[in-house]
Amino acid sequence: MAKRHILSVTSVTSVAAATALLLGACSGGSDDGAGDGDEPSGSITVLTNRTDIVDTVLQDYVAEFQQTYPDVDVEFEAITDYEGDMTVRLNSGDYGDVLLVPNTVDADQLSTFFEPLGTVDELGEKYRFIHEKSYDGQVYGLATFGTALGYVLNKPVWEKAGVTEPPTTPQDFVAALEAIKDTSPDATPYYTNYADGWPLTQWQSNQGSIDGPEAVNMRTEQDAPWTEGEEQYAIDSLLFDVVAAGVSEKDPTTTNWEESKNLIGSGQVGSMVLGSWAVTQMQDAAEAAGAAREDIGFWPMPWQTDGAFHSTVSGDYKIAVSKNSENKEAAEAWLYWFLDESGFAASQGGIAPQVDGQTPETLADFETYGVEEVEIAPAPEGEESLLSDIYNAAEIDLNGDQFRREYVDIARGAADGSKESYFADLNARWAEARAEVVG
Amino acid sequence: MAAVTGPAGALRTKPPTPPRGRRGHRTDALGSSGRRITPWLFLLAPVGLLLVFTYVPVANMVWYSFTSWDGLDPVKEPVGWQNYVEIFTRPEIFRVFLVSLYYLAGAMLQLVLALYFATVLSFNTRFRTWFKGIIFFPYLINGVAIGLVFLYFFRPGGTLDALLATLGVAEPPLWLGDPSIVNVSLAATSVWRYMGLNFVLFLGAIQSIPSELYEAADLDGANAWQKFRFIIAPGIKRITGLSVVLAVAGALSAFEIPFVMTGGANGSETFVIQTINTAFTFSKVGLASAMALVLLVIVLIISWVQRRLFPDDGGELV
Repeated sequence: MAKRHILSVTSVTSVAAATALLLGACSGGSDDGAGDGDEPSGSITVLTNRTDIVDTVLQDYVAEFQQTYPDVDVEFEAITDYEGDMTVRLNSGDYGDVLLVPNTVDADQLSTFFEPLGTVDELGEKYRFIHEKSYDGQVYGLATFGTALGYVLNKPVWEKAGVTEPPTTPQDFVAALEAIKDTSPDATPYYTNYADGWPLTQWQSNQGSIDGPEAVNMRTEQDAPWTEGEEQYAIDSLLFDVVAAGVSEKDPTTTNWEESKNLIGSGQVGSMVLGSWAVTQMQDAAEAAGAAREDIGFWPMPWQTDGAFHSTVSGDYKIAVSKNSENKEAAEAWLYWFLDESGFAASQGGIAPQVDGQTPETLADFETYGVEEVEIAPAPEGEESLLSDIYNAAEIDLNGDQFRREYVDIARGAADGSKESYFADLNARWAEARAEVVG
Repeated sequence: MAAVTGPAGALRTKPPTPPRGRRGHRTDALGSSGRRITPWLFLLAPVGLLLVFTYVPVANMVWYSFTSWDGLDPVKEPVGWQNYVEIFTRPEIFRVFLVSLYYLAGAMLQLVLALYFATVLSFNTRFRTWFKGIIFFPYLINGVAIGLVFLYFFRPGGTLDALLATLGVAEPPLWLGDPSIVNVSLAATSVWRYMGLNFVLFLGAIQSIPSELYEAADLDGANAWQKFRFIIAPGIKRITGLSVVLAVAGALSAFEIPFVMTGGANGSETFVIQTINTAFTFSKVGLASAMALVLLVIVLIISWVQRRLFPDDGGELV
C-alpha cells in the first residue's frame, strides 16, 4: 500500500539526507573584488565566536570604530559552535570579510582561504604570535590576544591545605591535591571538565613548558612521545595520575563548564588546568559567589627546567581577512583597529598581541615566582603540516579531548587497561602514522 | 485502508461529466504541449528540493568516499576503493555497532510499550486524551533539550538519585559514569523520547480498524486479549513491520542523545558519532563519507529484508 511505501522510503532517505547534510557540503567560491577610493567605505561582515559580547561590547567597538572610519558599516555574525560550523562554511566561500582562523585549517591551506596581511619580518616587528598562522613567510592571521598556560586555583582552599607556593614537581602537585582532599573534604581538588571536552584540550597547550620552543618540532621527530622523560609523557601522565589518585570529581561524565566557574569561585573546586584567559571569568564567578577576586590565582605547571618555572604563551584565535571579501580595505581597517585601538586584549585579561604590550594583572603571580615565557617556534619550511598529518593519520586527537577522555576512563577504573598499556598503544599508533607520513 | 475508501465513494457523487464540446474547447486553449507540462510544473518545487537537499549531497558524498579529502583542500585526491577496504579491515570501526544492541533492545521495549498503551488507550479509558498527550509529548521536545534535561536527571545527586534516596536506595550507581550502565541510561532516554511516535502510529492503525469488527467480537463473547490477538494484531501488521524497521534503522544510527549527553565518551560511542569524529576531528572526510554510505547500505538491506518478511499484500482485514 502506498502509505507504507512512502514511510519506508522516508526512513531510508532521512538517514541518507542526515548523513549527506553532515558530510556533503558543496565546494564553491566567489570572485574577488576590491574596494576603490582612498578612505575605506562600504559594509563588512565580521564573524565571531563571542556570542556573549556580540550585542554589547562589540557594538560599542563599532561606535568607536566609526569615529575614525565613518563610512564603514560593521555587521557581526556570532557563531556558537565556531569550530564545527566554520569547517563546513569555509568550503562555501561565504564566510564574511573578517573572521577568526579555525584551528582545523592547516598551514598550507591558509592561502586558499585568507588574504596575506604582510611578511613575517615586517609584521614581526610590531606583533607577537605571528608564526602561528603564517606560511611561506606570509602572515595570514594575527592573534587577538595572548594566553599563558598553567592552572587556575582557589587560593584559600590551597592555603587551608598548607600549600602557599606552586608545587615544583608532578608528585608535589598530586600530593597537594591529596592534602586538599583531606583538609576540605567537601571540595573537589581537581576538576577535569571531562564532559565539555574542550577544557581537556588545554593540557596540550602546555607543550613547550618543559622542552622549550622546539617542543613541537622535537615531537614530530620522535617515534614514542609517550615515553618517560619526554614532555608529552609528562603532560598526559600528570592528568592520568591526578585522576588515578582519586582527587578529581566523582562522575566526570556529568561535569559542566559554566557551573565549574561557580564551583571554583566558591571554593568547591581547587584547581583546573586552563589558559590565563580563564582567570577573569573565574574572578567574576568568585565575586558573584560573595568571595574576593584575589581568591583566584594562576600558577605555572608543576615542573621546572633549569630551576625555573616555564609557561607556554600562545596567541588565542587569530583574526584574518577572507580571501573572498569584496571589501578588503575596510576589512583590514577593522582588523588593525580591533587589534590596536579597541582594548580587547586588556579587557580579556590577555597578553597584548603587540611586542611592546603590557603584562596583564592576571599574571601577577607569574612575576612573583619568576616564571619564564616560552613561545613555540614555527615548524621548519615544508614541515608546517607534518604534526597534523601525523596525528590525523594516527587518529590521536593531540589537540582534542578524545584520547584524554579514554585515559581518564582508564585512570578512574571505568575502562580496561593501565597507563603503561594505553601509552604504549599511543606510541605504536604514533610511530606507524609517522612512518606513513614521513615515508 | 478503510479510511481511503470513504472519500473515494464520495467522489462518485460528483456532477456528471461535462458535455464533450466544452472539453474539446479546453484542449485547444491549453495546447497539447501545455497539458503535458502542467504536472511537471507542479512537481518542480518538491522534486527540486529533493534533488538539491538530498540527492545532490548524497551524490557528492559518494564521490568524496572515493577520495582522501580532508574537508578543506580544494583538491580531492581519488583513492579508489581504499576507504572501503579500510572500513572492512579495521575491526574497531565495526565494534561500535555493539553499542547499537543496547538501542535495539531499547527500541523493542519501546515498541512493546507503545503497542500496549495504544491498545489500552484505543478503548474507553478514563482520562485517555490526557494520557495520549503525556505519551506523545516527549517526541515534540527538541532532542538537545532532552539530552540536557537528562544530563541533570542522571548526574550524581541529581533528580534520579534524589528520587531513589526517598525510596531508600543509599548508594545509586553513576548512571553515566559507569561504563556498564551508561548505554542503558542513554537507551532508556531514547525510549522515553521516541515511544510517542510509535504510539501514535499504532493508535492511528488501531483506530482505522472498523468498529463493526469489535461489535461482532463482543456479540461472539470475545475477551480483551482475544480482540487484541485476532483483530488488532493482524489489523496493524503492516505498521508493526514498519515500526520494527524504523526501530532497527534508528538503533544503528543512534546519534542525538548520546552525542549531546556524553559526546560518545565512556564507551557510548555509536557509529554515527564515530563517523562525525572521523570527518571533523581527524579530517578524514573521505573515509567518513564511505562509513556513512556503508551505514546507508546496511539500512537499505534491512528495509529490503523487511519487505520480504512483510510483503505488500498481507494484513488486510476488510
